[in-house]
Amino acid sequence: MKKDKEKEQKQEEQNRILLQGNEACVRGALMAGCRFYAGYPITPATEITEVMARELPKVGGVFIQMEDEIASLGAVIGASLAGAKSMTATSGPGFSLMQEHIGYACMAEVPCVVVDVMRAGPSTGLPTQPSQGDVMQARWGTHGDHSIVVLSPSSVYEFFELTIQAFNLSERYRMPTILLADQIVAHMREGIVLPSKEDIEIEDRPQPTVPPEWHIPYGDPGTGVPPMPAFGEGYRYHVTGLHHDLRGYPTTRKEEVESLMRRLFSKISNDLERLQWFDSFYTEDAVITVIAYGCVARAGMQAVKEARAKGLKVGLLKLKVLWPFMRRTVTTILDSSQKVLVPEMNVGHISREVKRVNQGNCEILTLNKIDGTPITPAEILETLEEVYP
Amino acid sequence: MKRVDIYRGWCKRCGICIAFCPKHVLEADKDGFPTVKDLEQCSGCKLCEIRCPDFAIVVSKDEEG
Amino acid sequence: MRETSHLVHKYLRPTMRFPHIWCPGCGIGIFMHALIRIIDRIGYSKDDVVLVSGIGCSGRLPVYVDFNTLHTTHGRALTFATGIKLAKPRLKVITIMGDGDGVSIGGNHLIHAARRNVEIASFIINNQVYGMTGGQCSPTTPYGARTTSSPYGNPEAAFDVSRLVEAAGATFVGRTTVYHTTLLDRLIEKALTKNGFAMVEVIAQCVTYAGRWLGLASPAEMMAWQRDNSVTVEKAKELNETELAGKTIIGVLADRERPTYNEECTKLRTQELKV
Ligand SMILES: Cc1ncc(C[n+]2csc(CCOP(=O)(O)OP(=O)(O)O)c2C)c(N)n1
Ligand code: SF4
Ligand code: SF4
Ligand code: SF4
Ligand SMILES: [Mg+2]
Repeated sequence: MKKDKEKEQKQEEQNRILLQGNEACVRGALMAGCRFYAGYPITPATEITEVMARELPKVGGVFIQMEDEIASLGAVIGASLAGAKSMTATSGPGFSLMQEHIGYACMAEVPCVVVDVMRAGPSTGLPTQPSQGDVMQARWGTHGDHSIVVLSPSSVYEFFELTIQAFNLSERYRMPTILLADQIVAHMREGIVLPSKEDIEIEDRPQPTVPPEWHIPYGDPGTGVPPMPAFGEGYRYHVTGLHHDLRGYPTTRKEEVESLMRRLFSKISNDLERLQWFDSFYTEDAVITVIAYGCVARAGMQAVKEARAKGLKVGLLKLKVLWPFMRRTVTTILDSSQKVLVPEMNVGHISREVKRVNQGNCEILTLNKIDGTPITPAEILETLEEVYP
Repeated sequence: MKRVDIYRGWCKRCGICIAFCPKHVLEADKDGFPTVKDLEQCSGCKLCEIRCPDFAIVVSKDEEG
Repeated sequence: MRETSHLVHKYLRPTMRFPHIWCPGCGIGIFMHALIRIIDRIGYSKDDVVLVSGIGCSGRLPVYVDFNTLHTTHGRALTFATGIKLAKPRLKVITIMGDGDGVSIGGNHLIHAARRNVEIASFIINNQVYGMTGGQCSPTTPYGARTTSSPYGNPEAAFDVSRLVEAAGATFVGRTTVYHTTLLDRLIEKALTKNGFAMVEVIAQCVTYAGRWLGLASPAEMMAWQRDNSVTVEKAKELNETELAGKTIIGVLADRERPTYNEECTKLRTQELKV
């Protein structure tokens, strides 16, 4: 027995590789089945583009460097319509340019993954320094009412894992999924053990089970997600960013507009239970809980450990899904803790949501930093000590 | 025998077919729809059909003719 | 059986409402008819054809025809088309753009698509105006023209779309008007069968808005203008600069060979990676 375990550990050590966050993202994408990548260089996301350029052709995929980020996401959506799992990666300025096509992918229901490695903004901002300033943009950046899924990794392994999940969710719901990383997670290197392909669950977009003449391109099969045949497979249909009827043809009839909008929202609102992804540490008896995500969750973890060592009953809730906001999970914490501290590298994007869902029983505190430097464990610890009852 | 059929349901009375018929086969009726004035003159060149923006005019050979 | 009525109807979507949305006499319909005719002549399977458009009056074309059809965002049709062609090279990818769509907001994509040489047959319906939004000036509106956004006369010079795309490296470039039916058919066929990026500039009448500032009210008059103001490439060689002033040169403007992006991808795989 002991020997087996030792052997396993040794094997694991051998499989352990040192990867940068951006590289891990590419590994995840390839394992998820990504076969098309279009991008435009931008710090701190450039490595994703570079590693894709090197690795994608080796697995029979296509890499292309486009003329800008609008074009990149356009090409990604086109490739996805042709049946390829597709992705792009960028940072703030490019993410701003992509907003119109994020909306298009929502409306036309085209699966795709968009990585935004956040850097400090607005505008060109601080290209090499971290931030979490795009959280609201990821939610509301494109015009019009829409739902969206946004995931946030806080380690190299999570960047790998959540990239796979981003593909799975975009395929499952037929909508763009956004991975909101930050400069620290993207550029940091950690030794991680990648799982083998067999141990990973991969989801693919639903396919029609009826012949083309019976297929209703934008009908609701009950799940809210219509099957999606690829272009060139005999199911000729129309795709548009205009409001459309069940066939995909433009419409202005209010009943058709309303039913399309309701169905689009239902894809996520009916599935919220499956989208509560988090890690919690010492939250059971916590008087104060830190709610954090991305690189800040790392500092939060360290701070909580140090506080516990000092005898303070504090815990950490690390969010992996930012949007849809995990109301259910957060409410549980708000019910059990006296106070919640939300440290963020922005002026308070997620803390607003926490305050919104708070029923008034919990005191919500914030710790915001917008100077381009990371929030440190010491800063969080200091606040915890200050406000500890 | 040639046939020139005009499908009024789609015709928007733009007058292109009438204006460019080399044989002056077509004319506008009192409502502005093209009608066949002189089928005898029709050469079957199909220019009217090809230039119609609304696919509303069809030139063909009548099989029985 | 009367053949031609059958030909168009074979490709129109019976589930769409006709007549189509374009104004009486609009040139877009003439182009659409020609495109269908040539696709049928070449014999592509409907399943293999992808029609991609941007936003504008011309952008409304794909919804009417029974292919894989994609109505994208304003100016970006070529970006989507690029993704489709690279992901599934066996598809015949065709883009339809307006002059504002393809040359103004999408101008950057246009020159890069030409440079990159992805095998896409693209058509720019140049009606020299923003039709859809109500007759504002476009990058191909002539200098001095009074439009709804240049009420005192257009202060800007117009782009020569074909020369622009030729300079950007397109392997096939042609220009025609919708009046010149034989040339229209010939250029569409050449573009569709070209192994490389092809662009045909189709001068078409926007009766409702461009007609206004040209001082030409009727569709027939606008097409007569197309007839009277065009000279073929061959004929143009015999004319001097003054004789050519104000004329539109039509015909094949470039036809050359260069490896396509898909061919480069294959080369990379077989020669560089040996996979
Ligand atoms: C990003 C964006 N900006 C502006 C518009 C509004 N818009 C719709 S069509 C159009 C111009 C169309 O002109 P053109 O491309 O020449 O096509 P036409 O209607 O003449 O065929 C504009 C500006 C839009 N849909 N999207
Ligand atoms: S086929 Fe030719 S000749 Fe006959 S009506 Fe049409 S345009 Fe005139
Ligand atoms: S060209 Fe067509 S739409 Fe115009 S008048 Fe003739 S038949 Fe009617
Ligand atoms: S506005 Fe101009 S381009 Fe648009 S449909 Fe009318 S005539 Fe055609
Ligand atoms: Mg135009």
